[in-house]
This record gives sequence, structure tokens and C-alpha cells, in this order.
Amino acid sequence: MKRAVTLTINGEAISSEIEPRTTLVDFLREDVMLTGTHVGCEHGVCGACSVLLDGTPIRSCLLFAIQAEGHEVTTVEGLVEEDGSLGLLQDSFWETHAMQCGYCTPGMLIAAYGLLAESADPTEAEIREAISGNLCRCTGYVQIVDAVRLAAARMRQQ
Amino acid sequence: MTDTTPRIYVSTKRRPKEDGRFVSGAGRFVADIARPGMLHVALVTSPYPAAQIINVDTSVAAACPGVVTILAGPELANATAPLANAVDTPGVKIFPLAQSTVRYVGEWVVAVAAETRAMAEDAAELVEIDYDPMPFVVDPTEALGPSSPPVHSDHGNNILYDRVFTWGPVTDDFTISPHQLSFHVRWGRSATVPIETFGVIAEWGAGNQILDVWASIQMPSYPEQIASSLKIPLNRVRVHYDVDVGGSYGVKRGIKHTILVGYLARKLSRPIRLIEDRLENMTGGDMHGPDRRFDVSVAFDAQGVIRSLKLRALEDVGAQTGRAPFQLGKPVSAIVGAYRINSVEYHATAVSTNKTGQTAVRGFGMSPTNVALEMAVDKVARYLSLSRLTVRRRNFIRAYEFPYRIPSGSEYDSGNYHTVLAKARDLSNLDKLLARRDAARALGYVAGIGLATCLEPGGGNSAFEPLLNPKNETTTWPESCAIKVDRTGRVTATIATSSSGQGHQTLVATIIGEELEIDPDQIQVLHSDTLSALPGNTPVASRMAIMLGGAAAGAARKIRERVIQIGAHNLGCGLDDVIYCNGRVVRVGYGGQFITLDHIALIAHREFHNLPPGLSEPGLQAIHVEQVPQGGTLPKSDGRVQMYPCYSFAAHMVYAEIDRLTGKVSLEDYSIAHDCGTVINPDIVRGMVIGGAAHGIGAALYEEFVYNSAGQLLSGTFVDYVMPSAHEVPYIRVAEHCTPSPLTSHGQKGVGEGGYLGAPAAVMSAVNDALNPFGVECLELPLRASKLADLLAEAE
Repeated sequence: MKRAVTLTINGEAISSEIEPRTTLVDFLREDVMLTGTHVGCEHGVCGACSVLLDGTPIRSCLLFAIQAEGHEVTTVEGLVEEDGSLGLLQDSFWETHAMQCGYCTPGMLIAAYGLLAESADPTEAEIREAISGNLCRCTGYVQIVDAVRLAAARMRQQ
Repeated sequence: MTDTTPRIYVSTKRRPKEDGRFVSGAGRFVADIARPGMLHVALVTSPYPAAQIINVDTSVAAACPGVVTILAGPELANATAPLANAVDTPGVKIFPLAQSTVRYVGEWVVAVAAETRAMAEDAAELVEIDYDPMPFVVDPTEALGPSSPPVHSDHGNNILYDRVFTWGPVTDDFTISPHQLSFHVRWGRSATVPIETFGVIAEWGAGNQILDVWASIQMPSYPEQIASSLKIPLNRVRVHYDVDVGGSYGVKRGIKHTILVGYLARKLSRPIRLIEDRLENMTGGDMHGPDRRFDVSVAFDAQGVIRSLKLRALEDVGAQTGRAPFQLGKPVSAIVGAYRINSVEYHATAVSTNKTGQTAVRGFGMSPTNVALEMAVDKVARYLSLSRLTVRRRNFIRAYEFPYRIPSGSEYDSGNYHTVLAKARDLSNLDKLLARRDAARALGYVAGIGLATCLEPGGGNSAFEPLLNPKNETTTWPESCAIKVDRTGRVTATIATSSSGQGHQTLVATIIGEELEIDPDQIQVLHSDTLSALPGNTPVASRMAIMLGGAAAGAARKIRERVIQIGAHNLGCGLDDVIYCNGRVVRVGYGGQFITLDHIALIAHREFHNLPPGLSEPGLQAIHVEQVPQGGTLPKSDGRVQMYPCYSFAAHMVYAEIDRLTGKVSLEDYSIAHDCGTVINPDIVRGMVIGGAAHGIGAALYEEFVYNSAGQLLSGTFVDYVMPSAHEVPYIRVAEHCTPSPLTSHGQKGVGEGGYLGAPAAVMSAVNDALNPFGVECLELPLRASKLADLLAEAE
């Protein structure tokens, strides 16, 4: 039995008929075809599926898509500038090589984006706290911390 | 020896080519690929560590909506050949689905293929299987005994490999040494656990009769094993390498997954996809790593100079073997680490138990062995009341001794261990760290400093294959690169592998850019597929900078030679009258008269009349298949073998504090100095070193696949299998040293594994330095907080 859902994804109004048990991450990936958001553990630990819900980072594997009814969802694809170029945070991740395989990267970007929306000059401890719900098996986090610091510094200059 | 060669792009900070697609969400991982009409697989798995399968009833499940087929073991086994075994154990026959017995909790028994994954899971829950539980064995020491139930009854017992190697006068060296120490070390069952689980799609082409495979794979001989098990010609298997792999570090080896979907794809004539969920990945994915027990003895003199080493390694490979026993073989390549130990006895045993099988993990068995070796050095220092640095310096191979042949037969190419250790000491500011530790202790804190070094062999010829299985005569492991310069002068390279974060596109573009003196950003690097690719052996064993780098350099140098020939001819002069510079062939001394690469490419493709007389082949392209430096020979009868050409080195220094009540270890300060020869891309190398260390910190402190006495896995989720987050991994500082390898295109060595080889030993060293004032020690990884708290409580 399917149910209607209407929500905003990356600024665009989306309506769809889905099974109520469909998680938000499956909906994003399979119905909306936004495959930038990744599935890691499906039990809310690894953070690979992080998206912004009304500006706050959440786990899209722990939310049913119908629970997002009427909300605004932002995925990694929505972090680009209006002209399609990379956002400042994305560019900073590239500049410091804050990734290797790239699988956790979208979730990391979402977590860092949430932090920088709240804090213009976060300390290393605050950065680590913000990304501590996102597991990365490649980098050891150092170049991710560097990237968030760099992005914050660049944002302050803007 | 240091590297003073002028470079344009190599060793220069440049943004990795790959990162742009990852930060924009445009990576293409296997779960992002959807084929038209694709079916999805879910699995029914064994709840028992050992049992007979009495009956499988699929009638209710088969009637569920969306179900297309339900497959059990006997049908699959009849149609396919068993999966490959590393060692010569013909009685061990593994198929993707259990036949009449199950051998571990989580073993696949039935596969359901349906229109969606959700439908497949719904139906899988309704498959009824009757089991008759059988005796099983969980403890590897018990499994050695003659009364233990054999995991594979046709094999007769649980010993899959057992050999004692003796290199040099071990007995004499022990006799003449005034001091000896013996101890046990335990490496717990952990793995690399990538955030992306394994996934694969197979599609059989009715028209072209080709099996197309897209997979999250990092495995040598993958297409060969697919063809062999599915009994189809190798040139009908096409593995697509243009799939981003979401982390692997060794484990992404889903051969049984691939045989299962490959069979179903042919049977149903529809594309089939299997993406593991996390529980399938943790229990049944064949992805557990080494689980090893060591007995170590060292013989040494009053100065702490170690003369001889006895190492007994018992490896619990679980119920599915694959390449796992080979992980006892790789440590032979650097069995004495960085030290001038004169003789070694190495007793290697692989035993099967009723647990999830073992697969390759970063370092391929080296990291556990390095823990055993480094703890021996620490113990010698403590026994003689010498500093751990001093003992290491006294035992290090001297810089002037390279190339240096170790007792087990391998020759180390180059190195300067004393200098790298000094760099680690300085980076860590050791005097301040010692003062910090002593001040903390004075205040009642449990504090310690850890030190470990490690050798990282790179670029091997897989000589552990013939070493552990004489029927396997592998003596080379080539890697290839093809370059074409098109009619407009644009350069495209193709490589024969997928990548799982190592940055191979960056590596190849940088090296070709260096050789052809053109901007690497303008060079296209494509991951090909197995039918169009030249020979390759995937990014394992820290080999790609050496082997793929060598292949790219070799092909680029052939292009350059041809460009110079065509250029000189068209400038009307001889080869000695021109130089190649910045994408141009320039005639020396003629006012800068030159011809561009673009123009030469056009001549090569279109103007045969302008080619030099000797050049009969149009176009501008080259291939190079790189042979392993130092490769090509089989092991000697005593097991001595040249296993790897290049040896990187690292020294780790770490400061740790342990919470007295909870036993929680905090790594407060961490420094690494390392030497991987010439660095190709500094950011990639730094990331590899730090990331490897983080992974080693996980193995040292947190990660373990825990089994209870009933054979049940207790840590099958990310809540129970704890991996380090940004809270647990400190801001690791890195210093580099460069001793170029004399054997590679630009002096480069391997770097992907060193962090993981050093960190577990360094953390164990720090924890035991902290425990030392309490008169206790812990030589069991992971160093669980609960264990340390108990030890401290008992000591007080």
C-alpha cells in the first residue's frame, strides 16, 4: 500500500507515492535518483547517509521518507553554488584531500556544513565533535579537520 | 642517499584528480549502478556454527510477491566449480551456498532473487530450514587437536598449513647468547570493515555471450576465478573497472557473491544485484582478518643486540579459506623487521575453526607479526634497563649496508632507519613527552610512551604463493599501462584496475605528466575492463606506486622516444640535435626552432609521408607491462625467497594515558616519521600514512569480532564492533624522509600499509610503558578498556 509524500529536496518540491516503510535514504537514492547520499550501516552509527533536514544533519537511514513530509532536505548534491560550481566547503575538502575512497565524504560534508552554519570559527575540538558521528576508514580524520578549518577561514574572509 | 632530482609534477602538491567527483556526490559506486530489469538478492544464513541441513522448504517464500527464483546450495554446486584455495587442500571445497552442512554462523544457505531488495528480504524470512546441529570448534588451539571436530570433514583435520622454517644457525645463536626471553602475544580477530559493504551486479549478454560484472572489488585474479568457477571461457568475463570502490584495504574480495549472481544472471537472463547489508557483511562476507597467537623467543647479548628469533604463529582462518593462509607467508619478506637479526626460526600454522572465514587485510598478515617483533625489542630494552630507542639503534641495519639480505632470503633495497627514527624522536619532542609522562605519573595518572618501527614491503611478485603452495609457480605479478596520444595531441591512459581510494588516476597522470612534461590535469586516465585491459594484479601489497607507476613511466618514455624521432625528422636534423622540453621538440642552437607535441601527433596519425623512414606504424601510442623488480625466481627449498623489491620504513611515537578506573586509553600525542622513497603526491601519501595509523589504532584498542563459546558472533553491528571516530584518533603529525629506491622509475616505494603496520605495535608499546610501574603487562590485542581496568585494579 503506497502513500503520498511531498517534501522539498535541494530546493525543489518533490511529490511521490511510496511504501510507508521506505527509508529516506532509499527514497533519495532510488526514487529521486540522488545517489550522492550513501548507505553504510543502516543502523544509524556510521553517518554515511547524513543529510540536512531543515538545516540540521540527520541520519537518513533512521527516518522514513514519509516522516520528511513538508520538510526541506538538502543532500550533497545541494551543496553546490547556484552556478553549479563546487561550494566552498566542497572545494576545501578537495584542497586538503580530506578523503580517499570518497564513500563517507558526502556525509562528512553534511556534518561539517551543519557545524559551519552554527559556528564561524570552530575549534579543533568542536570540529571533531561535529564529525564524530561520521566514520571514515580511510583518512584518520586529520585532513578532514584541516578541510573544515580551511573552509571556516575562507568563509570568514567572504 | 637522498633525492635531489629536479621534478616538475612528482612530489609537488597537486589536487588529486579523483576528489572532484567525490565532493560533488558524483562518485559512481556499485550501488549507484542500476541495470534495466535488474533483480535483487537477499540471503538466508545459518544460525548454527555447524549443522547438517535436513530440509529446505521454500514453498511459502516462493509464493511471495516479486519473487523470481529461490536458489539452494546443491543446484549451485552442481553447476559450478569450487572456489579457489590458496594452499594445497583439495579436501576443502567451498561453494557460495552451503550444500549439506553449514560451518559457521552467517554462512549463506539459500538465496532469494526478487524484483526489489525489500521483496527479496520479505521472502527470505519465510524460507524454512531444518538443521541438525553438529559438534563445532571455536578455539584455534583446540582445533589443532586430533579429537577436534574437523570443520571440513574431507580434509580430515583442521590444520590447513604447517611448516617450520629455519634460516641460519638458530640453535647455535641461542646457545651462545647470554640472555633469552620468551613470551606470548595475541592479535585479535579484526578487519578493515569499509563503510561501503561489498556489492556486485552481473549481467549475461544473450547476444554477445559475455558476462558483464560491476563490483566493489579489489582482488587479484578475480575474472580468472569467475571464469573457472562458472566454467566459462575467460574471454567471456568482463569486469568493469570504472566502478569507485568505497574502501577496501584488502577485504573487498566477494568472489562467492560474484559466482552466485553470475550463475543467477545466466540462469534467469536478467541482471542480478547483490549488495550486502551490514549484518551480511559482518557475519558472512568472508571479511574477517588475521586472528593470530604468537609464541616468541629472542636471544640477545648484554648490549641488547638481538642475535636470533623464534616465532611460532598460529592463525585462525575460520571456516572459509580463500587466500587467507598466505597471510602467514608475507611476513617472511621482512621477518626480522629493521634489525640485523642473524637467524630465525618461523613456525607457521593455519587452522580452521567454525567462524566466518578470513580474507586479506591491509599488510597481508604483516601487522600482527610486527607487533610480536616490536614487543620483543621492547622487552629486551626493559630487561636490560636500556632505552627502547637505544636498543633499536643498536640493532638497526646500518645505512651503508644496503642492499641488505635478511636471513629469510629477501634483499632490502635501501633505507636509513637511524635517520628516520631520529626524525620521529624530534617530531614527537621526546624529551618533553618524557617530562609530560613523568609529571602525569607523579600526579597519579597512568601514562606511557610508545615506540614502534616497521618495514613495509611493496611491489611484490606474490612469492608467498609458491612458498606456501609448491604447486603454484607464480614468479611475476605484472602491472600495465597503455597510453594513446590522439590526433589533437591529447593524452589518454588506461589502467587495468579499479581503485578504492589510492588515487591511481592521480598517480598515472602525475608520472606521465612528469615524463612528457605536460600538465597532469590535461591527461585523461581511464579504468578499463578486463577484456580490454592488459595484465594487472590490482592495488594490493603497496604495489601501485611501484608497479603502475613503473608501467606508466615505461609507456610514457616510449611515447617520448617516438615523439623525439618524429620531431627531429620534421625539423630536418638528427636525434642528437634536439631536446624534448615542455611538450615540444626543440632544435638546439637554431634560434629555438621547435615542433609541438600536438603537431607531432597530427603527423603520426595523418601524415605518413612525414614520418621518419624507419617508422612504419602510424599513430602515437605505447603500452608497457612492468615486470616486478627483483622478481622471477622461485623460493629455495628452505623457503628463502626474494619476495618484494622495495622496503619502506616508518617509526611511530605515541603518548597515551589510561583512565585508572575505566581503563580507557587516550592517545594524547602521535608522531610518525616515514620513508617511502620518492613521494608522488604529498597529500595522498600523508593521508595513507595517517589513515593507516588510524586503522591500526582501531585494531589496537577497539575492534574485534568476538565469538562466544556457542560459536555465535557477538559483534556484528557497528554498535558492538567499535571503530575509532574523530574523538579517538589524535591529530597525527607526519615527517618524511626520502631514500629513493634504486629499483623503480622515480625512486618511489609503497606507502599504503605502513601506517597500519606501525600503529598497533606503537599503541601496545605505550600501554605497556604505562602499565610497567604497576608491574603488569597486556600483550593481547585489542587492548580493551575492561582488561586494562582489571589489570590496574589487581595491581593496586
